[in-house]
Amino acid sequence: MSRIGVAFDKARADGRAVLVGCMPAGFPTVEGSIAAMTAMVEAGVDVVEVEIPYSDPVMDGPVIQRASDIALAGGVRTADTLRIIEAVAATGAPVVTMTYWNPIEQYGVDAFARDLASAGGTGLITPDLIPEEADEWLAASDAYGLDRTFLVSPSSTDARLAMTVSHCRGFVYATALMGVTGARTQTSDAAPLLVSRVRAVTDLPVGVGLGVSTGAQAGTVAGYADGVIVGSALVRCVLDAPDQAAGLTALRTLSADLAEGVRTP
Amino acid sequence: MSADALATPAGQFPDTAGHFGRFGGRFVPEALVAALDELDGAWRTAMTDESFQAEFGALLRDYAGTPSLLYSARRFSARIGARVLLKREDLNHTGAHKVRNVLGQALLTKRMGKTRVIAETGAGQHGVATATAAALFDLECVVYMGAVDIERQALNVARMRMLGATVVPVTAGSRTLKDAMNEAMRDWVANVDKTHYLIGTAAGPHPFPAMVRDFVRGIGDEARQQCLDLTGALPDAVTACVGGGSNALGIFHAFVGDPGVRLYGFEAGGAGVDTDRHAASITGGRSGVLHGTRTFVLQNADGQTVESHSISAGLDYPGVGPEHAWLHETGRATYLPVTDDEAMAAFELLCRTEGVIPAIESAHALAGTVAIAPKLAAELGREPVIVVNLSGRGDKDVHPAGDYFGILDKESAR
Repeated sequence: MSRIGVAFDKARADGRAVLVGCMPAGFPTVEGSIAAMTAMVEAGVDVVEVEIPYSDPVMDGPVIQRASDIALAGGVRTADTLRIIEAVAATGAPVVTMTYWNPIEQYGVDAFARDLASAGGTGLITPDLIPEEADEWLAASDAYGLDRTFLVSPSSTDARLAMTVSHCRGFVYATALMGVTGARTQTSDAAPLLVSRVRAVTDLPVGVGLGVSTGAQAGTVAGYADGVIVGSALVRCVLDAPDQAAGLTALRTLSADLAEGVRTP
Repeated sequence: MSADALATPAGQFPDTAGHFGRFGGRFVPEALVAALDELDGAWRTAMTDESFQAEFGALLRDYAGTPSLLYSARRFSARIGARVLLKREDLNHTGAHKVRNVLGQALLTKRMGKTRVIAETGAGQHGVATATAAALFDLECVVYMGAVDIERQALNVARMRMLGATVVPVTAGSRTLKDAMNEAMRDWVANVDKTHYLIGTAAGPHPFPAMVRDFVRGIGDEARQQCLDLTGALPDAVTACVGGGSNALGIFHAFVGDPGVRLYGFEAGGAGVDTDRHAASITGGRSGVLHGTRTFVLQNADGQTVESHSISAGLDYPGVGPEHAWLHETGRATYLPVTDDEAMAAFELLCRTEGVIPAIESAHALAGTVAIAPKLAAELGREPVIVVNLSGRGDKDVHPAGDYFGILDKESAR
């Protein structure tokens, strides 16, 4: 079983959900992003999702897009992302990587899988890669023992849902809302239904993303999902902070609040 | 357009998943797959549905003003040593070939029971065309446009608003066409139930590249017959400018099966393909994934999209439709860059010899034609016959062209 799977099993045994916290690599700087993700782990984030910054992030809302732009303007390279993953994995928390497909295709799919595995990464979340186009990644992830998380959506048909989930390893990512990433005041009614549809076809744990920004919302999602995925709200802590210390403080506070939330479903 | 022309929607390519060789396909969020499947089904049904064909054909004829003329440009021909036949798409309603695509997609939108269309636009031409079709079909219309482009194209912004569209400025990234496309994609993911994304060129995820090609292929179907009627033979070459590439595919498609007809696509070479200021994705880019499809992309070593440049806003895009990538790789079509200066020289030549002001996009096709004419003549040992897709008219370009030639008085130059 993958390290992500172990984390989900342990949480399940504790009667709680896993907290997945997302941050773009190299935001606001390479060292700054390592400090941010380390602080998140120390404050209770179970799994870190490192997003490779990309020039055209169509599944991300304005907050993550701005953070990605800052990282790219700072000159972060794909190779830096691997270094960041290695540093964050050293905290002991499983690290999963979220990436649009073109940076991987340009690095070389097999080469990236090899280097990701050797950096201690567990696998990839691929928001713009569907299994039908993923032959090269399916082979590379098998070769290097990496997890594959494809997305499922409320609009996925039953047949597509089953097909997509059959290609997943580690966990399944359920996009709770029809929309892009970003904190919302209410999470979606469609999410519980989507999670139950996924559970009907797999034993893999299901993480729910898009929209969670408070401990209370995390608690609601933890009531029906195995994992609560939080991105924009965490990124905003760093974006809105006047300096690095304040950003880390805000990150710790929110991470702790969310960690409390996933323990009180 | 004849019923026969519409009877084979996809021809022999792409495959059912939208692949042109190793190009094309779908690189999209799962949330869009259901909508793309729905669109794929609606398109395939419509292409063989007689009532759709009749309605589309009537609109093209009575509203858009097609078939467009094939005009023998004698004075221009005499200057360049080739017999040039201009496919006058500039005379269509709204001033370009794009009206064919928007009418087709707006009809499909109605058939799918959707009530809202969104579009991206660079110079504003596709935005105006979409707003036009939305007005005609009583659809809500939202157009995403880069904040930089909104400033550069105030008149087209006003035209869209007159037609009832909402123009949304995009302030993310480079604030130009590619960012407008990202924003439209985000809107579509969130509102896909009632919204159709009316993509303006033969790019994006399947079925857009093949579907858009099918809606504009009448250009080539008409031109092929018109050339036979006029000259008694097929042309030696067919030329077009290539940004996303819809006008080029539209005129190429009918000739792909004619081995004697050379196909040339002219990309925007900007300040030169040896500089970093151009938009020649095939000549100067490499294979990658952008906006839902695998194609040639202007990108850095890490796969980050780089900004394109062209004097023509309509060609100023860092990708190209996947069918062009495939036609290039198979060698069926030849793609060459044309610089800003070469395009503007041809722009002036057409103005002065024929009394026709072309779109700067189309001036790239003219300039490329000027460049290949002597080689073709030498190869054939006679004057070549070349059909050029004059894809749009230059009214929209009076300001940039006036600037370029330094012929605006101080007041009109702002």
